[in-house]
Amino acid sequence: MAIDMSQFLDTFYEESFEGLDIMESELLNLDEGDADSETINTIFRAAHSIKGGSGTFGLNAVAEFTHILETLLDEMRDGRREPTEEANNTMLASVDVLRGMLTALRDNMDLEVDRIAATQKDLETLLNNGSPSVDTVASESTPTTVGETSVVGWDIVFKPHTNLFATGNDPVRIIRELETLGELLIDLDDSRLPPFEEMSPEECYLGWTAKLTGNVDRGAIEEVFSWVEDECDLEITPVKNETSEAVKGPTALPAADERRTSGDRRTGERRTKSGGAAESSSIRVGIDKVDSVINLVGELVITQSMLSTLGEDFDTKNLNRLIEGLDQLELNTRQLQEEVMRMRMMPISFAFQRFPRLVHDYSQKNGKKIELLMTGEQTELDKTVMEKIGDPLTHLVRNSLDHGLETPEERIASGKPEMGTINLNAYHQGGNIVIEIRDDGRGLNSEKIRAKAIEKGLIEEGARLEQEKIYELIMLPGFSTADVISDVSGRGVGMDVVVKNIQALSGKIEVSSEAGKGSVFTIRLPLTLAILDGQTVAVGKEDYIVPLVSIIESIQLKPEMLNAVVGKGETFKLRNEHLPIIRLHKIFNAEPVNIELTEGLLVVVEGEGKKVGLFVDELRGQQQVVIKSLEANYRRIEGISGATILGDGSVALILDIPGLIKLSNNEVMTEYQSRKIA
Amino acid sequence: MAVKILAVDDSASMRQMVTFTLKGAGYDVEEAEDGQKALDKAKGDKFNLVISDVNMPVMDGITLIKELRTLADYKFIPILMLTTESTSDKKQEGKSAGATGWIVKPFNPEQLLETVKKVVG
Repeated sequence: MAIDMSQFLDTFYEESFEGLDIMESELLNLDEGDADSETINTIFRAAHSIKGGSGTFGLNAVAEFTHILETLLDEMRDGRREPTEEANNTMLASVDVLRGMLTALRDNMDLEVDRIAATQKDLETLLNNGSPSVDTVASESTPTTVGETSVVGWDIVFKPHTNLFATGNDPVRIIRELETLGELLIDLDDSRLPPFEEMSPEECYLGWTAKLTGNVDRGAIEEVFSWVEDECDLEITPVKNETSEAVKGPTALPAADERRTSGDRRTGERRTKSGGAAESSSIRVGIDKVDSVINLVGELVITQSMLSTLGEDFDTKNLNRLIEGLDQLELNTRQLQEEVMRMRMMPISFAFQRFPRLVHDYSQKNGKKIELLMTGEQTELDKTVMEKIGDPLTHLVRNSLDHGLETPEERIASGKPEMGTINLNAYHQGGNIVIEIRDDGRGLNSEKIRAKAIEKGLIEEGARLEQEKIYELIMLPGFSTADVISDVSGRGVGMDVVVKNIQALSGKIEVSSEAGKGSVFTIRLPLTLAILDGQTVAVGKEDYIVPLVSIIESIQLKPEMLNAVVGKGETFKLRNEHLPIIRLHKIFNAEPVNIELTEGLLVVVEGEGKKVGLFVDELRGQQQVVIKSLEANYRRIEGISGATILGDGSVALILDIPGLIKLSNNEVMTEYQSRKIA
Repeated sequence: MAVKILAVDDSASMRQMVTFTLKGAGYDVEEAEDGQKALDKAKGDKFNLVISDVNMPVMDGITLIKELRTLADYKFIPILMLTTESTSDKKQEGKSAGATGWIVKPFNPEQLLETVKKVVG
């Protein structure tokens, strides 16, 4: 039977990367103080699992490398070695090397041989330096008795101890196994059998003597008894062919080297087999979540069968039961939806876990003393959102490290503790997840920002802006206050990219800051991208979905609120603001019921900080809609973020508010320009 | 009745491999990711063989074997250790805890199946 091991590799890579992340974060914990045994044990276990798995799955380079790391950790675990800073840094480097090796193997790329060898050498030096006098490499093979090639058979006396059964061993199995080696003649020795009344069924009283004939290696016989060698008296004596002479020479056990080479062959095969295999992304889901879904599906089936029984010969007197059944169905479906959505949810710790290393490396390199605090790491969010939020978060944390936090000298001079703090916090609020990046650094300098914005032509000189608006300027394209471009942040990728990424996830980012006290960046993201709370609006015969998060209010226009501004199209006055009106029927070429603005309804929405009024015929219900990609099924359309299927089976388009605003601006501009030309 | 086997390992890929191999050979396999979960499963069911890793979080394999041996249902059931430790002291520790035998990692599916067949037929 040949089993293709490559099918388990995806899981192996996934868990190994997780293991490496754990090793990394625990190694960083070690950095902060003395080594507690549980921390070292956790690191050891991760390394151990990677070693075991890589050996089994034929990734021998990884197994070999991890073995050295494991030996080092084993010595620390047993207290034979102190965790020094040097050891710690080497082990951190090993984590990086292993990550590189696994990535390369997974993607069928070449290994970085030099880097691996260099780190391996560091590890070995570490291991040999000040290593305990205890011989760490236990000799595996026991010397075999020589000169047994001439034997023609074996006499075996096997007397199990009475406690043999207590280890789950069975003498019958052992005898059967002996039978497979050669011709077996067996005699029972029942001399130890006690009188019946003293007999215990849990003890073994029997013994056997056997004669095994054939060209059998002693090692093979010992192997049969290896599990019970301490639970029995065993004598194995060769039966010699009297004419033949003993030939001297070691009969080698299958040694470690041999195993290694056969393993290498396996690797080769695997690589050709899995070459070019498409990378499939997978998700690890807790058993409890799966169980709960299965449970709900069970309930759904019950409800369904109840309903179909009811439907077989329906009588109006059963109407109440039908309604009950339908209610039950709705409940089941909603719960099922929630549970399935929950499967995609992962704790944000997956996104946070890269930061301890980032902060550690940064503070070592730049001489800033920084403490990283993380709270709410168990807050869950959608896997897709998580994958896309990693980079923006990294950018923000780097910004705080680089621009926010001061050097220890500066901090002491301004009466602050020498150690700066960065606090990452996540929590749920409404249907959103909120992530805060808070530092206790110097805060944003509004004067500097203002000057820069004027210099870059982002605002007019003398423009009056509220404090908050000034902070928001840093998020505009082409803005960067860093005087010196460091390799941490300020690589030309500005805050505007962060903002764009967050907006692509239907999220928002806010800044608040106090000079000398620090800054807080707050990101708000929807929990999932697959479902949206929507308000259905009607324009003529068509239904559109407006994301509920972007709606501020809905109003009926009065004639005195209306205003038309040249070059800006139709506007209306809402309290103190003049806001543009977007006629949805015009944008989507629909036949409206109402042309007069005062007859329809205006839904006031906000997108990318701009407010507009959407002119619609009427409001329909609010509901959760499942977003279907329009790009995947048709093509991308400006102003539309997707489509959904409504309860009655019709398709409704989901509006992309920022896109609509942009679209209507262009339209007004072209209209204005064409009118000017005319 | 199919032979029921409990496979215990904190590594998902090892569990997958063990389960796939044994199920393919017609055994009934359940998985547990640490000693504690294995013990809970073992109590709620009756397995004919337990295959357990040694190094695991929450409860390690040695403790699991000791605990299992205190249960009437598992007093004589074969328990195999999956071990990477080539040194004999880990094996010894497992043996004195009540392990039937061991399978040394790295192993291939064929070796696993051969050993399991030996023990439970």
